[in-house]
Amino acid sequence: MRNLLLLVLLLPGLCSRAQEKGYAVGAVVTDFKLKNVDNNTVSLASYPNARGYIVIFGCNSCPVSRGYENRMVALQEKFSGKGFPVIMINPNDPEVASSESFADMQQHARKSSLNFPYLEDPGQVVTRRFGALRTPHVFVLQKTPKGIVVAYIGAIDNDPDNGNAQKINYVQNAVNSLLAGQQPEVTFTKAVGCGVKSKG
Amino acid sequence: MVVLQTLLLSVHAQQVRLATLDQLEQRFAAGRDTTYIVNFWATWCGPCVQELPHFERFGKTLQHTPVKVLLVSLDAQSKLQNEVMPFVQKAQLKNEVLLLNETDQQQYIDRISPQWSGSIPATLFINKRKQLRRLEEKEFTYDQLLAVYNSLK
Repeated sequence: MRNLLLLVLLLPGLCSRAQEKGYAVGAVVTDFKLKNVDNNTVSLASYPNARGYIVIFGCNSCPVSRGYENRMVALQEKFSGKGFPVIMINPNDPEVASSESFADMQQHARKSSLNFPYLEDPGQVVTRRFGALRTPHVFVLQKTPKGIVVAYIGAIDNDPDNGNAQKINYVQNAVNSLLAGQQPEVTFTKAVGCGVKSKG
Repeated sequence: MVVLQTLLLSVHAQQVRLATLDQLEQRFAAGRDTTYIVNFWATWCGPCVQELPHFERFGKTLQHTPVKVLLVSLDAQSKLQNEVMPFVQKAQLKNEVLLLNETDQQQYIDRISPQWSGSIPATLFINKRKQLRRLEEKEFTYDQLLAVYNSLK
């Protein structure tokens, strides 16, 4: 009886999204194949010359994610030529969040002049596999002999309002370390963002 | 006339105060209530704004029980006067609203709960008597809120 009570107490916790496990730093990533806003499919293998990837879970409606878009565009400008292209995946279920449909994504990508792929994730399969919980949520990946490995998880920087004099550019620092043949000093950060909208 | 209206409004609407995490923790420790339900929200967060009425109904329904609902805004401090206060007035929120007076997300997210990734809406449930502290990173309906409260009671 006591065990049953304990189970009942624990159950709601087990069901919450925060408990879902995704990739941790060091995990080997499985490739995905998702449709881009230009109707072509994109996978990690689409970039044979990449040394790694900046995978960003972002969306149309989240003000935090939108507030970071200029910085995402800058990351693509700075690092795609060096072998770390930006790929954005929308983790939200359009049936739950009305402004997140594929057509909305296409319109948003045009309006925001996104210079990187923006992919839909039907059924949120890739979102769950990564363990993306909020927008924006970044995963920096590195190509290694044992596969494509997660090198950094977290925020783009510590400055959502883009006005902090003590700004730390987490993603930029992580990619620069990888380009220099080193592991990032900071491999995991947290940040306030919009919860991923999915069923259940 | 406009001035008079503003005056009247500000008399009836609550003032939103700033609170550091230390101040919040002191509040839990020293307060007379057994259970604290702390909802983290922001004016820019659509789902947060949508679930606020459930917290209002909860707070009103259980006002004579030892449970306290606190609505802690994670809006930037610079938005206090021009966005948070007008929002609180317009929505006529009766639960106490505070604005978190912390800037370092790397610190405060973990201090609130190591289980929390930082996404909002998120709600912290504290039961002092049982020394329970649980963070739920999700949206709540009224019934879900009541269910978690009852399960922790």
